[in-house]
Amino acid sequence: MLIMEGLRVREVTLDLVIEKGEIVCLSGPSGSGKSLLLRAIADLIPHEGRVIFNGEECAGMPAHLWRRRVGLLPAESQWWADRVGEHFSQSMTAELAALGFGPEVLAWQIARCSTGERQRLAIVRLLAQAPAALLLDEPTASLDQAGIGRVEELIRRYSQRRQAPVLWVSHDSGQVARVADRHLRIAGAGVEVVSL
Amino acid sequence: MNPIVLSYTDLLIAAGLIVVLAALSLLLRLRVEGQLLIAAARTTVQLLLVGLVLQALFAHASLTWVSLMALVMLLIAGYEVMARQKRPFKGAWGYALGTAVMFISSFATSLFALLVIIGNEPWYYPQYAIPLLGMMLGNTMTGVALALDRLTNFAWQQQAVIETRLALGQEWRVAIRDSVRESVRVGLIPIINAMAAAGVVSLPGMMTGQILSGTPPMEAVKYQILIMFMITAGTGFAILLATWLGGRRLFDARQRLRLDRLK
Repeated sequence: MLIMEGLRVREVTLDLVIEKGEIVCLSGPSGSGKSLLLRAIADLIPHEGRVIFNGEECAGMPAHLWRRRVGLLPAESQWWADRVGEHFSQSMTAELAALGFGPEVLAWQIARCSTGERQRLAIVRLLAQAPAALLLDEPTASLDQAGIGRVEELIRRYSQRRQAPVLWVSHDSGQVARVADRHLRIAGAGVEVVSL
Repeated sequence: MNPIVLSYTDLLIAAGLIVVLAALSLLLRLRVEGQLLIAAARTTVQLLLVGLVLQALFAHASLTWVSLMALVMLLIAGYEVMARQKRPFKGAWGYALGTAVMFISSFATSLFALLVIIGNEPWYYPQYAIPLLGMMLGNTMTGVALALDRLTNFAWQQQAVIETRLALGQEWRVAIRDSVRESVRVGLIPIINAMAAAGVVSLPGMMTGQILSGTPPMEAVKYQILIMFMITAGTGFAILLATWLGGRRLFDARQRLRLDRLK
């Protein structure tokens, strides 16, 4: 269970409880602070309020351990080494296959991957850390229809199997209808519930 | 062999060459004559003043005066380190980081050289202490400025990458490791190049000066090697310390990248 209590960045405040295995979609106009909220939950930026995961408060544990538990997928994937495999700490054959990659992808050069390939690889890289909760910032924005379907399926299965709460930022109402258990929208300084 | 003493007439003859160069620049409309003459005037005035200061210092070789001179040199070097960075840290950190690092490293290595290796009496005798410290500070200053400039610039440009690494649960020191490694390398390049080229491509200035003033070449060479090693060690330690402290300062207690701490 992921609890946000009075989480405040700039002018937006979020009070939200995401249950185990629940997927909550968050939408709102660009610049409304969706990404900032995700980054605040991952404790990457200074913020007000508390975030609690399964009874443990973010402020009470070392920041890197918190971030391993509450995994954030930034909107644009970033890479630091030359080859794909250098970014993975363990073999992820099943997850790679679920997103359409064979095991040979680990030898690929990052510079030669397309934006969509990098995005799918970034999702597998995040899951390789085995996070117990997911914060996804428009994970399928750069993907085609087939890719979108595969990612939605993979995330949903992960969330079910690990009982992981998921906060999923999405602009796509079709996607929200497919994956969300609840839909919230940022409106001004707060968040309103949108009926599914 | 006694060194040949230069008269002021000798200097005037040399200055004549600069005047000819300036005249040529005027004639060819290259527009560097102003800068050239001002720089030549500055070098004359600054070096004459330093000569007077050193002469006075040698006449009153007390620890107090030597320390005071060393302090002034350190403070100026600290300012230079800050001024040469594109994005120094905000506030007192911007000045204090480079200055403190140079203080620890340059003073420690200079003291080590004076007390353990050269071992003259008294150890603070300005004829050895001031030139040694000057060379230490000058080189350390370049190295630290290059390394810190690289580190903060890298963090600025690679913000998204560093934050992704943090988001994947890496500790700050792992997330910034590539930039620290690169900064240390960049900071050490000048002195490594200087050591590699010494004697083959260039004759180091200190050694040349000693030879000109009549020191036997082998003695001058030994001093030059000593100085090179001291400079390299001092610069290296200073860079390691500066990038470690600088890296720390880029992150807060929650291991967040804090670019708002840079100017």
